[in-house]
Amino acid sequence: MIEIINLCKSFNNHQVLKNLNLTIEKGHTQVIIGRSGCGKSVLLKHIVGLLRPDSGQVFVDNQDIGRLREKEVNRLRLKIGMLFQGAALFDSLNVGGNVGFILREHSDLDEITIAKRVKESLQLVGLRGIEELTSSELSGGMKKRVGLARAICARPDIILYDEPTTGIDPIMADAINTLIRQLHDKLEVTSIAVTHDMVSAYRIADRISMLYDGRIIESDNVENIKNTKDPVVQQFITGAAHGPITD
Amino acid sequence: MQDFLNRLGKKFLSFLYYAGGIGSLAAQAIFWLFVPPLKRKQTFGQMVEIGINSLFIVSLCSLFTGIVLVLQSAYQLQKLGAKEFIAPLVALSMCRELGPVFTALIIAGRAGASISAELGTMKVTEQIDALQTMATNPIKYLVCPRLLAMVTMLPLLTIYASFIGIFGGYMVAVWKLGVGSSIYIRSTIDALTLKDVFSGLFKSVVFALVICTVSCYQGLSARGGAEGVGKATTLAVVSSFILILASDALFTAFFYFI
Repeated sequence: MIEIINLCKSFNNHQVLKNLNLTIEKGHTQVIIGRSGCGKSVLLKHIVGLLRPDSGQVFVDNQDIGRLREKEVNRLRLKIGMLFQGAALFDSLNVGGNVGFILREHSDLDEITIAKRVKESLQLVGLRGIEELTSSELSGGMKKRVGLARAICARPDIILYDEPTTGIDPIMADAINTLIRQLHDKLEVTSIAVTHDMVSAYRIADRISMLYDGRIIESDNVENIKNTKDPVVQQFITGAAHGPITD
Repeated sequence: MQDFLNRLGKKFLSFLYYAGGIGSLAAQAIFWLFVPPLKRKQTFGQMVEIGINSLFIVSLCSLFTGIVLVLQSAYQLQKLGAKEFIAPLVALSMCRELGPVFTALIIAGRAGASISAELGTMKVTEQIDALQTMATNPIKYLVCPRLLAMVTMLPLLTIYASFIGIFGGYMVAVWKLGVGSSIYIRSTIDALTLKDVFSGLFKSVVFALVICTVSCYQGLSARGGAEGVGKATTLAVVSSFILILASDALFTAFFYFI
């Protein structure tokens, strides 16, 4: 379970997160929606310990990640996989090197076993025989899939998705959504995705939370979010140009 | 006046922040160098990139430096009938000063810029964040191999550059100015002491530390997109040049007085 209590974070005197509270149950897929720049990625970076809270607490597996030492944070990070917005594949490594990176760095597995695990992870995201390609030879959609294969290679308990469908065509976006759903069902992981793509949010979410003005203003299941009475959430999910967010 | 003092204070604070950042990175990199395992593959790759791939440009620059040094000194020394001092002048200049400084400037422009651009691109494309989420320390994984490669290869390149520079001087002095070949070689060997060679090598180790930490720091602090990487690279080269020349002045004075 992940529990965020009164999380506050500012950058250059601009408060991005204001007493944010959120609980994510084990095995659930939680989607966090909100406008670009509202602090969704900042929230994800707190969960994986890339950012430390100004105040408040982030509990991952009952451990307050903001108060852990680097060694302990790293131990926790091995249970978390993350898909970055631009995939963030290492240019200096080929696909096989990227996907198997965490196993080569943090396990005693021999090269044959690692190669097998890399192949399995790539197959899970629908890719085969591309281990020798470099990231510059991949399309945007393939990069996302390889990024996803890298995130799941060490069989994490939690997967974080930062804008998983941004920058790719609708067909590939649908394939990625299906993949996220399948991975959730097959690996039984806790998933947190941040997005402003409502099609994606409805496809993958068990619960949806809306981040607005540094706080979670509504958190519910997909059906209830679709039928929300909150005018801010309503404007966002319908994509209306006029409403309380923009007026 | 108050506005001027405010701006001056801000500049001074940002300088302290910058110097502190570089110092902190250098200290962390040296600490992680002694924490096993050593990233052998990455270190070897960087040694090739910094050392082997710079051989051609270092050869050219050193050869021309040696040639120019002989021509300029011969112009004066011939008037005094002191042609025999050409060889010691070239040997001492190359080993104590020009070899270490020119090689460091070339490597700062070539390898330092490349390090800064590579790490800067990794930073702005979230590859550094990805490393951290996979429980890997970026300093251990990225900075240490570059530091070890730089500290190993720059002194070797300096020795090589000094040798090529002396050879360039030999070519002009012997084949053009009529100095005897054996006299030139004997004068060169006689002129050089262990202290001359050591002071040059010591400086090159300091320059290696400067180039690597400044370039890595600028790369890891890059923000924004391509523009941020460009700025980081420019700052890395400019800062390295200034720090190389400043530390050269400091250590030249130090070796002069001991």
